[in-house]
Amino acid sequence: MKRLSIFNVTSLTLGFTFLYLPMVLLVIYSFNESKLVTVWAGFSTKWYGELLRDEAFLSAAWITLEVAIISSTFATILGTMAAYVLVNSGRFFGRTLFSGMIYAPLVMPEVITGLSLLLLFIGIGLDRGVLTIVLAHTTFSMCFVSVVVSSRLVSFDRSLEEAALDLGCNRFDAFRLVTLPIIAPAVISGWLLAFTLSLDDLVIASFVSGPSSTTLPIKIWSAVRLGVSPEINALSTLMIGIVTVGVISASLVSKRNSVRAQRDAQAAERGA
Amino acid sequence: MRRFALIAVPYIWLLALFLVPFLIVFKISLSDTALAIPPYTPTLKDGFGALIQGLDFENFKFLTSDDLYYKAYLSSLKIALFSTILTLLVGYPMAYGMARAPQEWRATLMMLVILPFWTSFLIRVYAWIGILSNEGLLNQFLLSIGLISEPLTILNTNTAVYIGIVYTYLPFMILPIYAQLERMDDSLIEAAEDLGCSRLSAFWLVTVPLSKNGIIAGCFLVFIPALGEFVIPSLLGGSGTLMIGKVLFEEFFNNRDWPVASAVAVILLLILIVPIVLFQRNQQKQAEAEA
Repeated sequence: MKRLSIFNVTSLTLGFTFLYLPMVLLVIYSFNESKLVTVWAGFSTKWYGELLRDEAFLSAAWITLEVAIISSTFATILGTMAAYVLVNSGRFFGRTLFSGMIYAPLVMPEVITGLSLLLLFIGIGLDRGVLTIVLAHTTFSMCFVSVVVSSRLVSFDRSLEEAALDLGCNRFDAFRLVTLPIIAPAVISGWLLAFTLSLDDLVIASFVSGPSSTTLPIKIWSAVRLGVSPEINALSTLMIGIVTVGVISASLVSKRNSVRAQRDAQAAERGA
Repeated sequence: MRRFALIAVPYIWLLALFLVPFLIVFKISLSDTALAIPPYTPTLKDGFGALIQGLDFENFKFLTSDDLYYKAYLSSLKIALFSTILTLLVGYPMAYGMARAPQEWRATLMMLVILPFWTSFLIRVYAWIGILSNEGLLNQFLLSIGLISEPLTILNTNTAVYIGIVYTYLPFMILPIYAQLERMDDSLIEAAEDLGCSRLSAFWLVTVPLSKNGIIAGCFLVFIPALGEFVIPSLLGGSGTLMIGKVLFEEFFNNRDWPVASAVAVILLLILIVPIVLFQRNQQKQAEAEA
């Protein structure tokens, strides 16, 4: 029987306080009346109003969302393909290089990735803008997607796919009707991961974006360099809120699904 | 044929947008600065022979002649190393506590660790500015309880950089260690204690070695990105904080010296190759052990 010792409880309490206190303070101070962010002057939502009237922030948010949706979709398709190749294709020419190129971007410093992509885009004469950010984001997020998806593919029972092939499916149908539904949770979390990575990226976007394609992180960055501002606190609170709701509802859905799957499995056992 | 297409599409994408860009960086690091667009010579336009002849190691010589670069590499290594150790010291007890928590809490605790990971990195670093500055919340709190009589300078020092790195990379340390500890068989500890081990030595002799792979993975996941970190030293560090990611960024954007920025990148990459290869080995070994 496991029991939490005093030491365990203390380290968990201190650790989670450390993780959450800064964000909680940020949220509290976004409702501060005063322009001085560290002096509390009463409750107010005026910074939210000001934020929503700020055209520059809104257009940056729109570009960021556009880039994130397109790049995470491409990254999911390419990353799933790459995962399928890594797990199922056995040996082929250049396999080591391939898996190296999948894993290296996960830990590559963003300054290097950003610099190298910019030099490529300039070398081939591609104008910097939304397209170049999409290409850059797709490239690094597809690697994250493929790691997430391949961890699911490894535990996938290939005999199911072989059964579908024996029963007359072609390879693509077998993938679409059998493999894809089973790995779907991993593909969806891969998409979400790619989406957040793209929303969050500052360094690579600073290199590859043009003057007409300022993303939200670049906008936040230039504001933050000047110090703490209540408007940024309000924006941060909105972003933290959206992420929290998203992550909690996603985990509730997956929990409900796994409970249902368990119940089905039990029912099937009883029936048999 | 289909199999070929399946392999070729992601393969060619990565070659074109991951490998080729590195070769370009490498090539430009051997070029000279020029007042042109793009600001370096020679380019492919001058013909291939002239291109090869125009390359030399001048930028790398320049990097060794100026103290700044060598100090920046050393100080990046030092900051990354110490913050990895600090993250381990904070993260291990948390992962251990999570693994010992009752089954029904674990999913919630796990979510609490993952949630900050989904939250914007930039915002999490930004949150510390308001806390650590001279008029910040930490100083206000310490002054009000009378622990200090004048505000501590934390923001714009290396201490703030350490706090920032530990804070933002903590989930990367906790998750792999927790994954190992969670499936550890408790009866091993009981056996060690039955055989006369104290609790502490059972922890050292059984728990720590069994979580070794998680510790290694976690340390790499913190150390490697911390080495090239740019956002944290720029926002929380001061003028005295030298980190190579920041130097590269400034060399490129402020000085517009592309060849030198590329040379800085090439050397950073050379430093990183060893830990990256070790990390991949470790991951592969683990994957094989699990399969």
